[in-house]
Amino acid sequence: MIRPDAPVLLEISDLHARVEEQPILKGVNLTIRAGEIHAVMGRNGSGKSTLSKVLAGHPAYTVTAGSVFYMGADLLELAPEQRSRLGLFLGFQYPVEIPGVSNLEFLRVATNSRRGQRGEEELDTFAFEDLVRERLKVVQMDPAFLDRSVNEGFSGGEKKRNEILQMALLEPLVAILDETDSGFDIDALRIVADGVNQLAGRDNATLLITHYQRLLDLITPDYVHVMAAGRILRTGGKELALELERTGYEWVDQELASLGREPAEVV
Amino acid sequence: MSTATVGDLVSQPYKHGFVTDIETEKIAKGLSEDVVRLISSKKNEPEFLLAFRLRAYRQWLQMQSPDWAALGHPAIDYQNIIYYAAPKQQEKKASLDEVDPKLLETFEKLGIPLSEQKRLSNVAVDAVFDSVSIATTYREKLAEHGVVFCSISEAVKEYPGLVEKYLGTVVPSNDNYFAALNSAVFSDGSFVFIPKGVACPMELSTYFRINSADTGQFERTLIIAEEGASVSYLEGCTAPMFDTNQLHAAVVELVVLEDASIKYSTVQNWYAGDESGVGGIYNFVTKRGQCRGDRSRISWTQVETGSAITWKYPSCVLQGADSVGEFYSVALTNNYQQADTGTKMIHVGPRTRSTIVSKGISAGHSSNSYRGLVQIGPKAVGAKNYSQCDSMLIGDQAAANTYPYIRSQQPDAAVEHEASTCRISADQLFYLQSRGIGFEEAVSMMVSGFCRDVFNQLPMEFAAEADKLLALKLEGSVG
Repeated sequence: MIRPDAPVLLEISDLHARVEEQPILKGVNLTIRAGEIHAVMGRNGSGKSTLSKVLAGHPAYTVTAGSVFYMGADLLELAPEQRSRLGLFLGFQYPVEIPGVSNLEFLRVATNSRRGQRGEEELDTFAFEDLVRERLKVVQMDPAFLDRSVNEGFSGGEKKRNEILQMALLEPLVAILDETDSGFDIDALRIVADGVNQLAGRDNATLLITHYQRLLDLITPDYVHVMAAGRILRTGGKELALELERTGYEWVDQELASLGREPAEVV
Repeated sequence: MSTATVGDLVSQPYKHGFVTDIETEKIAKGLSEDVVRLISSKKNEPEFLLAFRLRAYRQWLQMQSPDWAALGHPAIDYQNIIYYAAPKQQEKKASLDEVDPKLLETFEKLGIPLSEQKRLSNVAVDAVFDSVSIATTYREKLAEHGVVFCSISEAVKEYPGLVEKYLGTVVPSNDNYFAALNSAVFSDGSFVFIPKGVACPMELSTYFRINSADTGQFERTLIIAEEGASVSYLEGCTAPMFDTNQLHAAVVELVVLEDASIKYSTVQNWYAGDESGVGGIYNFVTKRGQCRGDRSRISWTQVETGSAITWKYPSCVLQGADSVGEFYSVALTNNYQQADTGTKMIHVGPRTRSTIVSKGISAGHSSNSYRGLVQIGPKAVGAKNYSQCDSMLIGDQAAANTYPYIRSQQPDAAVEHEASTCRISADQLFYLQSRGIGFEEAVSMMVSGFCRDVFNQLPMEFAAEADKLLALKLEGSVG
């Protein structure tokens, strides 16, 4: 839902970042307002997954230039846990398994850290169980998964449900969902799409990272951005994604060539 | 951006490093037959005990320091150690009111209140300071049940028959180099006797505190559970920070008769040395229990977080038919700490069973080895063992090793061994952080998750303590 007067949640300006010595982001500009759904598309190696990790504060990536403001604060100054407490959420494409750590306890600690930031009281085990049972409905997840270790032995679909469950509990203002390669995992796409469609609202925003149109058949974006060689090459509405589906990414190479840049390197 | 690394996190100050300023009676440095006689005469010991000590001393002189463990340290100069140090006060006090307030204050500071009003409810404590026991709480209440809980020095005076009957029968004085040394010079420790058919009505606990510099601590603990008796016992250990290494060589013997059980838990937090490996306790300990009767049971649980060097293998000799031995261990090493620890399960009787669960956590430049023996003798028909040894590495400078030895002379036996090694990965930490969980809490969640199987075995009063101790050890300079 585009409202030109809606408050700006995230403002990315001329963002450059590298991993080890390899520059990946080379000047990303993007403004996200409340109520909007953005999709970032692009080939493997275009930098779209890196963008999501840099925004969440992954320590392997170093920002070399540019700025990111989140709700008016300098996002890049904040530790990853502070970003989360302030309402920035990264849904992982491949969530890691954490043996020995109870999923229920993990969800409770995470939820309470966000609640603490918002000045809400901490939920004890009993109050939290009530909340989590209600939010489980968003993802139709079997409560048995609460008693297991975080993501341990979960199927791909269950991991995805667990991610969206976390999103439902943390009630983020900006949710970044990295679905780069899940184009052929219809189950995963449906779980993510159902979650986003239920949770997206007037006051929050969603940034979808994807390679394929399929996810956008299920979620209608307000903006589609095409990334290549570490920058956003073109921005349009939902029709841009359909055009990409039809014509493929060849035109991206031609456009890059005409700009005098090398095609995106595969990392 | 958070620039915290796991390396920052694991370097954290030792909270028990203070020294109590108290007048101490010490004997001169060095070890000789005269020193052994002096210790024995200071304690007014009966002839049998002096003979035991002298035999051990002569055996020790013939022995060599063991070198098979994965440990490296400069040779210990046994002539540069004080073998007896005691806070200056007359005889053991009849009432706590007469104990030097400085000593009571020391234990209070360590979280072990001894005074009548504040003492831990349902836990009886024997407090050992340097070479002597200064107080034992709840003695009268325990006596009503026929349970004896006192320092071993008092036991020698009051129950010489029991001491003579059992001392050195589980760990003979020539068992190994450090056991021989301990047998020659041991100064104090705890004595527990649970008579036939009695379930000890409270947890028993001994708290060992080294205070003096250059002093070795050589405590001796003897626990006897008669037919059908049961007891749960816990020991805790701390020491001040000195930049010289100190020797701690203890011996613990457990005797368990028919249908009896002893659960022995340790939370060891001796001073570990500083971040560059200077100072710290050398901890060479022999702990062994004998399940002498049928259906008897011994369970060792240890949380080893301190000491510059840990050399320790709490073991079970399973003689009685259907007897059970258990070993649950968490060993955490950091900086330049070295641990070589594990167990021995000696299956002698038929249908004996043993379980080993070992969790090693290595951080910094430390080295952490599990070394364990499962031995099944020819008569141990139907014996079973299950072993699980897991290692967790924090950072990329630490080492973890597993040395399992299995010897079976019984074709019918079932021996299972599982081992795993994991590392706290940057991706796991980032995942937890990206859900609002701070770096330190994230590490601590993963470490306590890793140790849960062992912590579940600790007496309830101490399980939370152990969790806190580990978190403390891993707490750092973040934020």
